[in-house]
Amino acid sequence: MTDEKVITAKALTKKFADFIAVNAISFEVSKGEIFGFLGANGAGKTTAMRMLCGLSLPTSGEATVAGFDVYKESEKIKKNIGYMSQKFSLYEDLTVKENMRFYGGIYGLTEKRIKEKSQQVLADLHMEAEQNKLVKSLPLGWKQKLAFSVAIFHEPAIVFLDEPTGGVDPVTRREFWEMIYQAAQNGTTVFVTTHYMDEAEYCNRVSIMVDGRIEALDTPTNLKKQFNTASMDEVFLQLARKAVRQAD
Amino acid sequence: MRTLKFLLQKEFRQIFRDPAIVRMILMMPVIQLILLPLAANYEVKNIKLAIVDHDHSSYTQQMINKITASGYFQLTGVSNSYNEEMKLVEKDEADIILEIPAQFERTIVKENEAPLFMAVNAINGTRANLGSAYLQNIIRNYNQDIRTEWIQMPRFNDQPRIDITYSDWYNPHMNYQLFMVPGILAVLLTMVGAFMTSLNIVKEKEVGTIEQINVTPIRKHHFILGKLIPFWILGLVVLTLGFGVARIVYGIIPLGSFVTIYAFAMVYLLALLGLGLLVSTYANTQQQAMLISFFLMMIFILLGGLYTSIDSMPEWAKWITKFNPIAYFIEVIRMVVIKGSTLKDISKQLLIMFGFAIVLNGWAIFNYKKRM
Repeated sequence: MTDEKVITAKALTKKFADFIAVNAISFEVSKGEIFGFLGANGAGKTTAMRMLCGLSLPTSGEATVAGFDVYKESEKIKKNIGYMSQKFSLYEDLTVKENMRFYGGIYGLTEKRIKEKSQQVLADLHMEAEQNKLVKSLPLGWKQKLAFSVAIFHEPAIVFLDEPTGGVDPVTRREFWEMIYQAAQNGTTVFVTTHYMDEAEYCNRVSIMVDGRIEALDTPTNLKKQFNTASMDEVFLQLARKAVRQAD
Repeated sequence: MRTLKFLLQKEFRQIFRDPAIVRMILMMPVIQLILLPLAANYEVKNIKLAIVDHDHSSYTQQMINKITASGYFQLTGVSNSYNEEMKLVEKDEADIILEIPAQFERTIVKENEAPLFMAVNAINGTRANLGSAYLQNIIRNYNQDIRTEWIQMPRFNDQPRIDITYSDWYNPHMNYQLFMVPGILAVLLTMVGAFMTSLNIVKEKEVGTIEQINVTPIRKHHFILGKLIPFWILGLVVLTLGFGVARIVYGIIPLGSFVTIYAFAMVYLLALLGLGLLVSTYANTQQQAMLISFFLMMIFILLGGLYTSIDSMPEWAKWITKFNPIAYFIEVIRMVVIKGSTLKDISKQLLIMFGFAIVLNGWAIFNYKKRM
């Protein structure tokens, strides 16, 4: 982890009509960091992440991702990030290999690179036998791991993960986090939203959003100290109970 | 260009991986072209005629023979009572009642004219109109026959006769299928084009893969071209299949050149796919896309001149057909297939279709946003 900032946000805000989904959030993420983005349902995590990825235009405030401005240079940002949405993002009617080929191709990887990288990913996931199977035939945990591998297939500077472990079993979650660590070690910055407080412990720093605002931002250890509790669970509950907004 | 290659590869894989879609694309034109033109026929035959004969003379006998010999009518009842025959109409067993008054023969011989009464079941307007017109025609002929019989020397005939000779241009045998097949082919192509593109893109919205696409550096026009090209090619395949069926089943070979037809079809498909694309930018679910497409298709097809002539529509409807791409295509395909029109003859329609293609695609691209 270096001091180079790859994501900066200053008073970033998103309004939908008279509803303020994200209310003037400010934070910085360093290169190689695993940054946890926590919050109850409807707290505004996904909206904030979508603004950073160039999927949603901010109402006001400033933000840069990989050194590019979110307003004017969103297409440049897109070259440098990977994204894994809550909704499953691979093509179910394509095979494992075809999905890798497609996403590699549209990020401009050469044929040779796509082949090499595909072999490597298949080996890492122990999925060589499944490479020609349709994605829809795979179990959910495998799909999620594959989706993550495809999101970082083009080796982006930053990868955004929106609740990547929703609905998968504890063993797979563990494996998934090992993959995240691996990516971070290779220099990829990981920006991840989650509901699971044990996962929050794995992050270098976490921010907790309540009603569109960032209410706390620090390392898990410091947060526990600050709120005088033994677990991240307690930290989260103390903050989230203050929420007025109804979960969606 | 490389991006486009990957996009096209993906689209074709997905299309051909879904056996239902492939079957639809291949079977739909074949089955519909074989079934529809045979059934969708304007010629009214087997009109059920009930006759109330109060006269029972040789004249009425001759007239009834003449009517039944025409081949259009099916005699369902001959009786003395109008009420009895009316019951047949109520039960839908008769379409027309012809009532011949008592002493019909005597009156016509004595007074040189005699009344007849015709009651028509007008629920089905076309059938009623055509049926009564046929019947009137036969009776008029019969009237003329008996008059020529009376006056042996036609030179002194008090009733001048105008004889009309017909010459039916372009479709000399008045072959109904020659008119319907190209029209149905145009509609088929429209269905494939408009439905498939809109459903395809909306499916990506529904599943969520579109968000993944939007977060990649894919250029908007690459993505849209990647969606358009496969269906453009499939549309042309459907058209080719359709002409194959038209030739094999109906023996219809276009009088004009295929170059003209395909040139127009290529531009037409472009406009149509643009429409499908536009629908997909507004719809969020496949159900919505389906309903919007269905709504548009109903209007386009019914106001497209396939079944009913645009010339006989009210002014406001004619005005709508000017904005109906399918109306131009039906017109052009009929012109080329039946009349043998050339590119020069259809240049106006071709130009208008270019306009449609530019406006619809431009609107769709403008409306497709990678960022909300």
